[in-house]
Parts: sequence; structure tokens; C-alpha cells
Amino acid sequence: MKPYLERRQLESKLWTYMSPVLALLLTLLAGALLFRIMSVEVAPALYIFFIEPISTSYGLSELWVKATPLILIGVALSLGFRAGVWNIGAEGQLILGGIFGGGVALLFYEQEGFYILPLILLAGVLGGMLWAGIVAWLRTRFNANEILTSLMLTYVAELLLSYLIHGPWKDPEGYSFPQSRIFSDSALLPVIADGTRLHLGAVIAVVVVLIAWGVLARTRLGFQIKVMGDAPDAGTYAGFSHKKVIWMTLLMSGGAAGLAGVIEVVGPIGQLLPSISPGYGFTAIIVAYVGRLHPVGVLFAGLLLALSYLGGESAQIELNLPLAVGGVFQGLLLFFLLACDVLIHYRLRLSPNKA
Amino acid sequence: MSDQTLISLKHLRKAYPGCVANDDISMQIDRGEIHALLGENGAGKSTLVKIIYGVVKADEGSIEFDGKPVQINNPAYARSLGIAMVFQHFSLFDSLTVAQNISLGMDDKSDPEQLSERIIEISNHYGLPLDPERHVYTLSVGERQRIEIIRCLLQDPKLLIMDEPTSVLTPQEVDKLFETLRRLSDEGMAILYISHKLDEIKALCRNATILRLGKKIDSVSVADQTPSSLAGLMMGEELKLADHAPGGTPGEVRLSIKNLNIPAESALGISLKEINFEVRGGEIIGIAGVAGNGQDELLKAINGELLCTPDSINIEGKYVGGFGPNERRQYGLVSVPEKRLGHGAVPGMSLVDNALLTANIRLGLIKLGLINYSKTIDFTQSVIKEFDVRTPDENARADSLSGGNLQKFIVGREINQSPELIVVAQPTWGVDAGAAQSIRAALRALANQGTAVLVISQDLDELFEMSDRIGAICAGKVSAFFPITEMNSEKIGLLMAGVET
Repeated sequence: MKPYLERRQLESKLWTYMSPVLALLLTLLAGALLFRIMSVEVAPALYIFFIEPISTSYGLSELWVKATPLILIGVALSLGFRAGVWNIGAEGQLILGGIFGGGVALLFYEQEGFYILPLILLAGVLGGMLWAGIVAWLRTRFNANEILTSLMLTYVAELLLSYLIHGPWKDPEGYSFPQSRIFSDSALLPVIADGTRLHLGAVIAVVVVLIAWGVLARTRLGFQIKVMGDAPDAGTYAGFSHKKVIWMTLLMSGGAAGLAGVIEVVGPIGQLLPSISPGYGFTAIIVAYVGRLHPVGVLFAGLLLALSYLGGESAQIELNLPLAVGGVFQGLLLFFLLACDVLIHYRLRLSPNKA
Repeated sequence: MSDQTLISLKHLRKAYPGCVANDDISMQIDRGEIHALLGENGAGKSTLVKIIYGVVKADEGSIEFDGKPVQINNPAYARSLGIAMVFQHFSLFDSLTVAQNISLGMDDKSDPEQLSERIIEISNHYGLPLDPERHVYTLSVGERQRIEIIRCLLQDPKLLIMDEPTSVLTPQEVDKLFETLRRLSDEGMAILYISHKLDEIKALCRNATILRLGKKIDSVSVADQTPSSLAGLMMGEELKLADHAPGGTPGEVRLSIKNLNIPAESALGISLKEINFEVRGGEIIGIAGVAGNGQDELLKAINGELLCTPDSINIEGKYVGGFGPNERRQYGLVSVPEKRLGHGAVPGMSLVDNALLTANIRLGLIKLGLINYSKTIDFTQSVIKEFDVRTPDENARADSLSGGNLQKFIVGREINQSPELIVVAQPTWGVDAGAAQSIRAALRALANQGTAVLVISQDLDELFEMSDRIGAICAGKVSAFFPITEMNSEKIGLLMAGVET
């Protein structure tokens, strides 16, 4: 008996949804093995990693705090991925959102006004769009691969942020620490549950999910995105412009990443720091795929991957494991997911002998 | 079984999930015989041939070759027995030379110089002129086919299988091929010739085995049959010809192309050169041509996927050369590209979404960016019903439909937008005879209502049946057009070869 893969005639609907579940199970299994190798007791470790962080209402609120940027970016990336536009530089667009939004927040330092927060959020969106717009321009004008350009611009963004808070935007009363002033209250996102850090951003993320769902299911733009991703020639035949789809998806994903960035700095962080994101922009790629590039799927996937951040933190605190364990779990999940996705197009068969 | 019998198939059966491709098929082929395997698309010809060539394993039944029972488990073993096959789609590397391509396909690697000599020897002997040092991308389709044939002949086969070899050839190339095949048969080689072109079978084959829906209908001596009796066996019913009413007075000019020039998109692409013609309301114009002579580019130039100088193309009195597909649709143009999955339709999308794909402009299915799905579903259902598209419902994915059904859907989708002008490439390629007839009839009916119809096809029978005027495209140039009554296969063959008459 020798296992082999047989191509399915049509892709399997069942496995489209089962693949993430199977991947999650395999991730747990591999994680257990990993804990075992590091001589940590498996059952308590998995409990500390996956259950304990969300066993309290505060833990649940933290889950949403972490999930908010992941969902925002994951939703927008999935629109681009559907169209075959591979923006993997959402991290850089997020940072630019933080810089633009943070810049406006500093501009209105110690001022009050209902208009300040909307202006800050808008600036964040524009910052992300600007960064993604560069990618779109390079792609449509010079046919430069957006995977490379978007990734490389991430490093530029990191250095730009670093320059600003080491230089012109450094807190004058901050004892030379590389950080900006702490934003004033009217620049901060209101907390929506007392005693937690859960802020308005979570609501914005859910609203964005619903909007993206509607766009994808009901609008010409969503239709163009789906057609271009599945059959670009059919899109041209239908009169859709490939360039326009590249611009639209990159601007949308850049805008959403920028929004996620500004929400971070005027939400949980409250000022500009050298690092404003623990890799949300990259993790969101996993979120998009685990969520099957569907807005509602992304919502759940965002919560799941947020748990990997919380689990990583509690594993560090309670088990003295390195924080990187969280990243390892994220990587394992994506790895197994891509492997399991083979089952969407192939079926596993056992052949009686023979090569 | 006599000594004369080369291969004998006994009770072969092959079932796939959901369909029985071959059901209890027995037949024999004698040495030196050209034997036709005849049947519509989906009749089971390909499966049967794949069983003989070892690509597919039969569930039941046995094969005797050269008097001995054999188990053909893979193509290499089939070749070692002396079975060779020329596939419909060639597997050649464009950037390599003829000799390199042939060498790659050989089971035993031999010295390149010797190989070149043998290629020249065989090509001279069988009238298949071919230079071993030419690069494949410089060759015509007919020449590429010769590579495949020579590749087979180098193995000294006893049985040569040819899968629809003439579908891409000009009439002159077909004549040459037939000479070669007759010569091979005279030398004792058996040939299994797969086709659904009845006149070819009449001209070439001694016996014919007819398949229908996976079952063998009969094995007959071709001499005793007429083309229409063979068609009857193949189809199970007499062919209904579309009501061809040429000679009606054509209406006003709906499409006018003047001095159309478009340079090639890529190094291996075809440039369109100095194209001039008109299509009037109520007439069907046919453009013949061997594949890869600019048909695709011409269709794209007309429907707006390729842009050109504004005054080169005029639709309904408006210069549209600089406009994209959607503006041209508004002026009354619809089109059906040659490639169905991936160009005419999105494979992974439902029929509803595929209806929306092109119908949204003329039918106003999208308002203010929002899709009106209830209207789209109504339209999709009407296309499915009127054009007899066999599908569970309108939510089926495009790639779940058979080629013929999807083509009926695509053609129906375009026709039901009540166009002023329709451009169709390969309207019935790979479509079974019943569906092909209904598609042709629908296009004729559309013309009778005053629409201008332009058909670009490689199927000459189809063009002769449908068109009022015929021309040909060769190397990006379109010939003059001639009324069907003044046309014959020799004349069109010359036009397809780029010779002005």
C-alpha cells in the first residue's frame, strides 16, 4: 500500500473549510512535540498557551485588542490576494499609518476638539495608502514585483519611524528616550469597557469586516477583484482594467493597514515608540489565508492568531519560554495550512503496491 | 483470430466516477489497415486510445497484440510493443530545434548526428519535408505535426495512432498527410485514425468502428457507407442542417475595419497588418485560417481588448478603435472568444456571475456600483432555458459544465443581449454535433433578425455551412471575401496559405 494524491475534478468545498481545522490540529500536535523537546509538560503548557489567556473577561478584552489590527489588515489583504495582488508589506503601511496619525496627534498636542480624532484616523489611512500607492505605481508603471517592493518599503518605514522619534519628534521632556510625547486625551481612542484596554478600534474592525463583505458580494469592485484573481483574461474581456484593480486593492489594503497602525498608536500605545507593532502586518497574511480570504473567516482567524500573541506572552511569563514561541506557532499554522490546502484540489488515495 | 490481425481488443470497459467511458468494446485492426475510430465528443474515443497506449488502465477486458495477450501498463511498454501515437496537442519545446525535440522524446538516446541523418532519411522517404536544425517556433502547425509523426516513425511502430490529426491543417497539408499515411499503410503499418470528419474517413480508411456514448455501435467497411450513413451511425439520428438562407439582401454596415495595424504584443505573437473589411447587418461572414495566424488578435482588436488608432474600427457608425470593451458593448458589439474557460468565462465562478461578466453593460445589471442579482439571476435562467444548457442550476460553476454546455451558455449569454454585431471565434470547437447545430442555428436566426455576424473558425465545414461570404486570415493579414457560391475547398486552402486568388 502506497499513498498517493489523485487530482479532484472540482475543488472540494468541504476541504476549503476543513483545511484550517486540520491545520490547527496538526499545529497543536507539533506544538506538543515542541514542548516535549523543550522538556516542558505538554498538557499544562498547551493550557497556558491556548486556554488561560482567554479564561477571564480581561483576557478576552485583550484578545480583541490584539485581534483588531490583525482583522483590519487581514480583511484588506484578502481582497488583494483574491485579485492576485501580493501586498506583503502591510507592516510598513501600518507603520506609516502610525507615523501620519501620530504626527497629527502631536500637531494637536494639548488641544481639544471632537474633530481631532477623526482627523488623526484619516491621516493614518492616508499614510498607509501613500505607502501602498508607491507599490502600486511601481507595479503599474514599471511592472516591478509588488512582493519585493512592498516588503522592502517596510524596512524604509521602520527606519523613517526610528529617525522621527530619535530626532524631530522626540519627547522634549523624555530624558532622551526614543519616544514621542504621550498624546493628549482628545487624540486617544475611547475605551469601550471599563477596566480594560478594549477601545473603539475593535468596533471599527468589525464594521470594516461587514463593509468588505458587502463590497465583495455585491459591488462591481468586488466582482472585478474576484474575476481578476481567477481569470485575468476574462477580466480584460469584460472590460475591467488590471491596473485599476491593482491600484484599488493596494490602496484599500494600504489604507486598512494604515488605519490599524494609527489605531495602535492612539489606542493601546498612546504615543509613538520605536516599535509600534509586533509584526501584525506579517501575521495578517496568515490571518487572511486561515480565514480563507473571506471577511467573516478573517474575523475568526484574527481572533485565533491574536491568541497566539497572548499565548506567547503567558508562556514567557509562566514557563520561561522565549516570546518567539508565539511566532513559532504562527509559522507552524501557516505551514500546515498550506500543506493541508493540497486536499482541496487532490484526494489522498492508497494504492495497492506498484510504483 | 487470423495472422492478418495485429491488435484485438476484447470486452474493454473503463468507468470513471459518474460515467462509463468505455462499455464492453471489442474491435480488431489488421496489419496495414487504416482503421477509423469514429464518434462524437464524449463518445469514448480518447479513453479507448489511452487504454491501447497504456495511459489509462481498463477495468475489465483484454488486449491481444501480434497474437499474444498483453498487459499495457504504461506508454513506454506500448512503444516497446510497437505502438506509437500522435497526440492532438503537440508536446514540443518552441525554443529547441526539431532534432533536439525528437531526441528528448526518444526512449533510447542515440548520437545526435545519426539522429539528424535518420530524420532526413525518414522525412524524404515519406514525403514529410523537415529540416532537423530549424527551431520549432519558426514552424507552422503542419510542420510541427510532422515532428511528432517522425518521432513516432523513428521507433518503427506496427501500429500508429493518430488523434484528429487534420483539425489544424490546411486542405493542402491534409492531402500531403494522407499521401504519407497511405504510403505507411502500403508498407504494412496499421493506422488507427481518430476523427469525426466523415469525408476524410471516406477518403482514407478501409474500416471504421463507431462509438456512441461509450458503447460500440458497429464496425463497418467504409466502402459500403456514405458520409451521411456514417453520420447517422455516429449521431444516432440524421443531421439537421441549419436553415441556410444566403442571398438575402444584407443591411447597413455594422462593422467596418479600415487599415487596421496592430504590432505583436510579444516576440512570438502575430501582428495584424493592413486589415480591411466590412460586415453588414443580416449576413454571416466567415474568416478561415490555420490556428495561430492572428485570429485571437483580430477578435481582441474588434472587441476592444486590444486598442488601435480610433478610425481603424467603426462600429455602428462610431469610430471605436481607442475605446475599451465596455464602450464597444454599448454600441452594440458582443463577442465570444475562442478559449472558453479563463477568457469567455471565469472557471471558478457560478453561471450567474459569468452572466454578469459581460451582460452587465447592455442590460444595466450594475447600478451605482451595486450588482442587481435578482435581475442577473432572471437573465441567467433565461439563457439556460432558451439555449438548453444542461446544468443542475444557475449556481453551478462554469468549470463543472461540459465544453458544449458551457459554449451554449456563453453564446446564449451574448445573443440574449440583443446585439447589433456579434463576433464569434470557434463557435463549435469541441462541442458535440447536437449542440453545434443548435449554436449555428441560433447565430443564423440572429442574422435573420438583422444582426451582423462574424465567425472566425478553423473548421471549414462549419464555415461553408454557415457563411454568406468567406475569407481567410494568414500571418495577420485578412484576404478578400468571396460569396459562398464562388468558394470551394481548393480556393479557401490557397487563401489560408496566404495566396491571393
